[in-house]
Amino acid sequence: MRAMLVSFFTAFVFALGLGIAGMTRPEKVVAFLDVFGSWDPSLAFVMGSAVLVYSVAYRRVLRRTHPVMERMFHLPQRIDIDRRLLVGAAVFGTGWGLVGFCPGPALVGLASGIPGVLVFVAAMLAGMGLFHLWGKAAADRA
Amino acid sequence: MENFTPIASTIGGLLIGLAGIAFLALSGRIAGISGIVGGILGAPATDRRWRFAFLAGLLAGGWALAVFHPPALSMEPLPSVTRLVVAGLLVGFGTRLGSGCTSGHGVCGLGRLSRRSLAATATFMTTAIVTVFVTRHVVGG
Repeated sequence: MRAMLVSFFTAFVFALGLGIAGMTRPEKVVAFLDVFGSWDPSLAFVMGSAVLVYSVAYRRVLRRTHPVMERMFHLPQRIDIDRRLLVGAAVFGTGWGLVGFCPGPALVGLASGIPGVLVFVAAMLAGMGLFHLWGKAAADRA
Repeated sequence: MENFTPIASTIGGLLIGLAGIAFLALSGRIAGISGIVGGILGAPATDRRWRFAFLAGLLAGGWALAVFHPPALSMEPLPSVTRLVVAGLLVGFGTRLGSGCTSGHGVCGLGRLSRRSLAATATFMTTAIVTVFVTRHVVGG
């Protein structure tokens, strides 16, 4: 129950941050990515300040033996840069550039009721589902 | 430079960073949206509850924005259905294949000084910029 409340409230604040930052306005994201056009550098400030906060606080947090509400940290362990990572990132970036939406802002944007957001999210979930099925098919063949 | 919003964007970024750190400190996890939501599919029942709670929090935050600050949510101009579907599929599949998105790799990963996240972030930023360049300045869409 506590885990659910923590998840809910951190996600709520995360969503507010995305909204205040302008990430939930895909045209603003595209303007940031339009480096060779009418460039809006605002989102550099979003990622810059977010990463700054995270990097400064991260080491302090990891000094604990375990998180406040759990028995252990669940952190990614891999350090290798493999093809999956790069291809996946390349594919994601392409989709991101097409509309200006990445997963978080798109989900937050559902509340707007704009049909385009719903279409994007439905397709995004379908894409995630396809990945899941592909993984299962590959595992079955192994 | 049009519509430059350095203050709001910095404040938003600070909130994002704080939320991410709070999630790490309390739950011990990376606040990577694509992993949290995408991971619902393969997760055991006990693992799904906090993931759905996280999703609910995002939706609730969106609702709050819609009520108290509607200009925060938009989509203008409205892309074609084809474009929305293609983009959605690529984002959904790509973030899962690449083990993360702008929150997981871009914020948390870079914050942890992860080589993997640096490579991923550099890659998706590049293809995103190239995609915008091609669609805006080459194809004219």
